[in-house]
Amino acid sequence: MASIAQRPYEYEDRRRSLRILQSHFVTGLAVIATLLVVAPLVAIFAYLLFKGASSLNWAFFTQIPKPVGEVGGGMGNAILGSGIILAIGSVLGVPVGIAAGIYLAEFGRGGRLANAVRFTADVLNGVPSIVVGMSVYALIVMRQKHFSAWSGGIALGIMMIPTITRTTEEMLLLVPHPIREAALGLGLPNWRSVLSITLPTASAGIITGCMLAFARVAGETAPLIFTAFGNAFWSHRLDQPIAALPLQIYIYAISPYDDWHRLAWAGALVLIVLIVVSVALVRYAAGRAVLKGAT
Amino acid sequence: MEPKRAETTPPENSEKPIDIALATARGVPLEVLNREIGVEQPPSPFLSPVRLFLNSRGDAALTDRVFAGLMLLAALSIFAIVIFILKELIGSSQLSLHAFGWHFFFRSAWDPVSGDFGALPFIYGTVVSSLLALIIAVPLAVGTAVFITEMCPRILRQPLSFLTELLAAIPSVVYGLWAIFVLLPLLRDHINPFLIKTLGWTGLFSGYNLGNGMLAAGVILAIMILPLISSITREVMTAVPSNQREAALALGATRWEMIRVAVLRNARIGIVGGVILGLGRALGETMAVAMVIGNTPHISKSLLDAGYSMAAVIANEFAEASDDMYRSALIEIGLALFIVTILVNALARMLVWAVTRGAPARAH
Repeated sequence: MASIAQRPYEYEDRRRSLRILQSHFVTGLAVIATLLVVAPLVAIFAYLLFKGASSLNWAFFTQIPKPVGEVGGGMGNAILGSGIILAIGSVLGVPVGIAAGIYLAEFGRGGRLANAVRFTADVLNGVPSIVVGMSVYALIVMRQKHFSAWSGGIALGIMMIPTITRTTEEMLLLVPHPIREAALGLGLPNWRSVLSITLPTASAGIITGCMLAFARVAGETAPLIFTAFGNAFWSHRLDQPIAALPLQIYIYAISPYDDWHRLAWAGALVLIVLIVVSVALVRYAAGRAVLKGAT
Repeated sequence: MEPKRAETTPPENSEKPIDIALATARGVPLEVLNREIGVEQPPSPFLSPVRLFLNSRGDAALTDRVFAGLMLLAALSIFAIVIFILKELIGSSQLSLHAFGWHFFFRSAWDPVSGDFGALPFIYGTVVSSLLALIIAVPLAVGTAVFITEMCPRILRQPLSFLTELLAAIPSVVYGLWAIFVLLPLLRDHINPFLIKTLGWTGLFSGYNLGNGMLAAGVILAIMILPLISSITREVMTAVPSNQREAALALGATRWEMIRVAVLRNARIGIVGGVILGLGRALGETMAVAMVIGNTPHISKSLLDAGYSMAAVIANEFAEASDDMYRSALIEIGLALFIVTILVNALARMLVWAVTRGAPARAH
């Protein structure tokens, strides 16, 4: 009795320490989950560096794949091919994506049509890339009766549009209204105000969005299998099958030859480095240009 | 007044540089003056530079309308893409649609030689590997999101979210490569024997242990959809107003109780949306799955057995599909995949929007 009188909240105390313990336990679980998520990332990059760097050499960038059995060879043609396909994709996807983003942010704001477009873009973003490749195959390859760099570029361009549209819209919405009003107040027509006032203000974000879309499609393999198809030789003709880095990595990875596995690792490293470097470069350049314009 | 001024005025023709200000004050008509000084003479005080510039640009209303029309056209092209994909897929799968009808999705025959096709093994493989991926990824993704938004020190927040975003930037084919040479041996030598020993009685883990198969596909898919689910979960969790958290803490809740009551409860619909979005990604993921699932069109209860998925069969067999029926059957699988992912993504987007709509994150 005395103890209860002395410590009237003993039961509450015990319960509280239990609750605190539970809270710490959950914190521990969250930490473990985070570590488990970061672990594969570290493992993948470690393997890429470890296995890829050891098989990288100058020949990798300058030579074409050697036939089975011959040691050496490289992926020069695949790197060139990827560049060509990505250039076609960007030329198609970037203007359309930015224009659609401008419509959403500047013209259709809040309207029913704009909401429908935004929703469709989000949904289109989740469509499997292989389905896009398939429909481009049905549209172009089946009619022309041969694989081509064109069709690969078009497939990648289609995949870039929804991402660019959504980021452009979000970046334009961040531009403060008074800037637009000032431009219109000076008598600029609306189109001029959009193109030379609003768009440059948001350009850093828009360029980042374009680069993210670019990085995403740069690693795409599935839509290229039956559009660009791959090519074992140098090719820069747009109406012919063309090699691409992700395709070449795929072919080498599932092959039974050790030498090709080495090349696949090297290719994967090059692919990731190319993606990261191009994104970083453009972001850096865009950041500087915008700063220069502002001062 | 008029005559007095006229006296001091020099004759208009005599002095070449006209005192324009004076002339205006005297009420010389604009047209006369413009004729005098020549319209092309640059700094005209009668038309401000802005006005001159605008006049030289012509009618703004027309260009405005053309510009708005062009932008609208670009926006409509997004609808056009969806319609184009649907049209091409339906158009090129007619043969198989007519030959097999609805039974296509419930038959497990896959015999290109005799032209007998059914999609059931692929649907089974896609569904099972995706669900497996969700079972693995959802707790990890939500745990990571909770840690990053609610628990971790502020310094770690940016680097950690950057690292999880980086996982999303790795191409599918690189995941596949890593899975073939690192994940499969790991599963074969360490994890699968353990699973067979402890859970073998369920029948889910039996058969040949080659490393590849449904479980491997599920694991690699889980790693791939983790960043997506995690970033959406983080987004909806930051959209929860912080006074909800403060209220819970003020009532004496511990940190976990606060997260459970104030954050997770409020964000649950958005989290479900993120999970479904992850499911959509998993359903359509192609290359990594094709590289580890084993590529055998048969249905087996064991997760260690080889399977096949809808996207993987298209990737592996479409380029070589020579006869029309074979190709058309593969396109029909692609059509089904397209429709399913569209529906799944639409559902997920609506759920995420329902939560983040009121969020101040992207307002002006």
